[in-house]
Amino acid sequence: MATVRLSDVRKSFGSVETIKGVDIEIGDGEFVVFVGPSGCGKSTLLRMIAGLEDITSGTVEIDGQVVNDIEPKDRGIAMVFQTYAIFPHMTVRENVAFGLTIKGAPKEEKERRVAEAARILQMEHLLDRRPSELSGGQRQRVAIGRAIVRDPKVFLFDEPLSNLDAALRMDMRMEIGKLHQSLKASMIYVTHDQVEAMTLADRIVVLKDGKVMQAGPPMDLYHEPANLFVAGFLGAPSMNFIPVNVDGVDGDHVTISSPSVDRMTVRGRGREFTVGQTATLGVRPQYIRAAAGTDGMLHGHVELTERLGSETVVDVALPTGGKIIAALPEDRILAHGSEASFEFDPSQAHLFPEVER
Amino acid sequence: MDRTLPASQRGSAMASRLTISNRAGWGFALPAFALITIFIILPFFFAFYLSLTNQRLISPNPTQFVGLENYRDLLGLSVITLGPERDENGAAVLNELGDLTYPRVRTVTRNPDFPQYRGMREWFRWRSGENARVVIASDVVFWKALANTLTFVFFIVPLQGGGALLLALLINQKLRGINFFRTIYFMPVVISIVVISLLWRFIYDGGDGLLNNILGALSFGLFPPVDWLGQPETALGSIIVMSAWQAVGFHMVIWLSGLQTISPTLYEVAAIEGASKWQTFRYVTWPGLRNTAVLVLIVITMQAFALFAQIDVMTNGGPLDSTQTLVFQAVERGYGKQDISGGSTISVLLFFIVLLISLTQRYLTRDRS
Ligand SMILES: Nc1ncnc2c1ncn2[C@@H]1O[C@H](COP(=O)(O)OP(=O)(O)O)[C@@H](O)[C@H]1O
Ligand SMILES: [Mg+2]
Repeated sequence: MATVRLSDVRKSFGSVETIKGVDIEIGDGEFVVFVGPSGCGKSTLLRMIAGLEDITSGTVEIDGQVVNDIEPKDRGIAMVFQTYAIFPHMTVRENVAFGLTIKGAPKEEKERRVAEAARILQMEHLLDRRPSELSGGQRQRVAIGRAIVRDPKVFLFDEPLSNLDAALRMDMRMEIGKLHQSLKASMIYVTHDQVEAMTLADRIVVLKDGKVMQAGPPMDLYHEPANLFVAGFLGAPSMNFIPVNVDGVDGDHVTISSPSVDRMTVRGRGREFTVGQTATLGVRPQYIRAAAGTDGMLHGHVELTERLGSETVVDVALPTGGKIIAALPEDRILAHGSEASFEFDPSQAHLFPEVER
Repeated sequence: MDRTLPASQRGSAMASRLTISNRAGWGFALPAFALITIFIILPFFFAFYLSLTNQRLISPNPTQFVGLENYRDLLGLSVITLGPERDENGAAVLNELGDLTYPRVRTVTRNPDFPQYRGMREWFRWRSGENARVVIASDVVFWKALANTLTFVFFIVPLQGGGALLLALLINQKLRGINFFRTIYFMPVVISIVVISLLWRFIYDGGDGLLNNILGALSFGLFPPVDWLGQPETALGSIIVMSAWQAVGFHMVIWLSGLQTISPTLYEVAAIEGASKWQTFRYVTWPGLRNTAVLVLIVITMQAFALFAQIDVMTNGGPLDSTQTLVFQAVERGYGKQDISGGSTISVLLFFIVLLISLTQRYLTRDRS
């Protein structure tokens, strides 16, 4: 178990800067998830922590020690890759024991540690198989077993579930969560899947274009996104964004209106607004309700409804163009093309000074 | 599928596209197939037929079917034991050097008491107690050629395969100017083997050759010049070294392609686990090269059995038959001596030897998992 601290970490490939100054602190035993769209630099960041990629500038500390110039093997890390990276010519047992073989550990120790890892991952029955005889989930389990045997201070996961099918991904996600609870080790987990981030993380770090957008506990990020990007990235379906005009500012209370939304006052949450500017109103689909008649504050045409039983997802075309999604918490029939009116609690809405794109 | 319908009306567009592309596929394969048939498959059967006859390249006499006589003439091999010459008291006669003396081999091979040894000549002999054991063969040159070919294969496989792997490992790094070395090592492959053989004849020259000059300079003249190709002891070795050098670049490229199929992530795992260079090779690289290794092994073996051009240009099988090889003998007999049935017989034997060795290699290197 250990702490990890990144201070103004930068990485350039040639003249292209990929990581543009990242500061992150990871506490002892914490489960931190780096999340962001593909190509934002998550893997690069993780690989710099592992020592597989040089650090162009800034420092990475593990347990208070700067590891910039320390070999991967001496950093006390173990890594699990998206592509499993287990050796096809070795049995599961040999794969899991690989690190011990390299160190020349005695046979009894190998047996004991492999058995322990196999017990934790419930794969005792797989030990004598070869990787070609395993499913994707089982292969990833072998890779995790190899990491456990290393007994690292920090576990690094680079999209470990991305090659698995949806059902398996959910099972494995829970197992990784359980693994963290039982090992209580520090873990850094990279994914582009916000559901994995939300369910696994003690703390999420949202990355975009090599910069940290926001870091904090999942629910903080969900309820108080710092910017449009984080607001749109976390939560499914994504938050609706509606362009609005700022009509008045009174301290933290901002009055807004638009052809699609009736005039209302929402909280500015500490952000600066000036009268007359264009801003973006964000409302999560789950916070939108169907209004009786035309009483609601949001108006549009029903374009598509998806009835999921417990929930009805409605695509609504706004009169100004653009589209919002409402996730109604009941089974409801809405005719295609019909006029509909929706309402939401302004206190659950977010107002951002930026405009989308 | 209803074949009576015109193509445009067939049920599935997919199926019709498949039949069309199938015809195109055969079309593309046809030229190669025809060439292989004409120049490889038919000649093979023709050689097999010729090896059972007494056909000569140009002959007024009609061809006669002789069964396996050609094979018997080639393969006939026996070991005879000669007792030392003794004087009338029964004591062994020594020559002036104090060695035992033995009767000449022709006292046996020309002895009407031993018709089975008729026409055989000595290949080599060794001492066994007082007696000499002499291996006699009905075609000594063939046996020498076979032994030389096997020796060549035995040394060239590790030398060329191992050397090529070493080069591939060196070349497979991200270094500045690495392409320069890739080109250099590959260059001998694209140059005609005849040209290379001529060049190496100068290198190996006994008087003023490059090799003798270099060795002389390095040893400050202490190293006496050697006629590398002119002595039975060094000729085959010289040809082995030169042949390994010539084709090493080709196999380097094959190894290289194998190396590049190994996932870089596996190397990262090895780095994280702290594997040394040797351990990384042993646990990651070598297992990843398994299939490539089988390919290289078989290709080198087959090429080695076909050793001809170097011999033809550099030594003509000499000195004292020390660089005779099977293919050289096949050509020499078939065309040089116009004994086309004898040459064919060697070719057929070579085919079975190579087949046997390839099958053995395949079996030994099979995937056991
Ligand atoms: N070895 C490399 N050389 C050059 N560019 C790279 C290299 N590795 C990654 N990049 C670039 O850095 C960016 C971030 O990559 P990566 O960290 O893999 O993204 P992510 O894991 O978030 O999808 C990408 O634009 C990618 O093209
Ligand atoms: Mg990645």
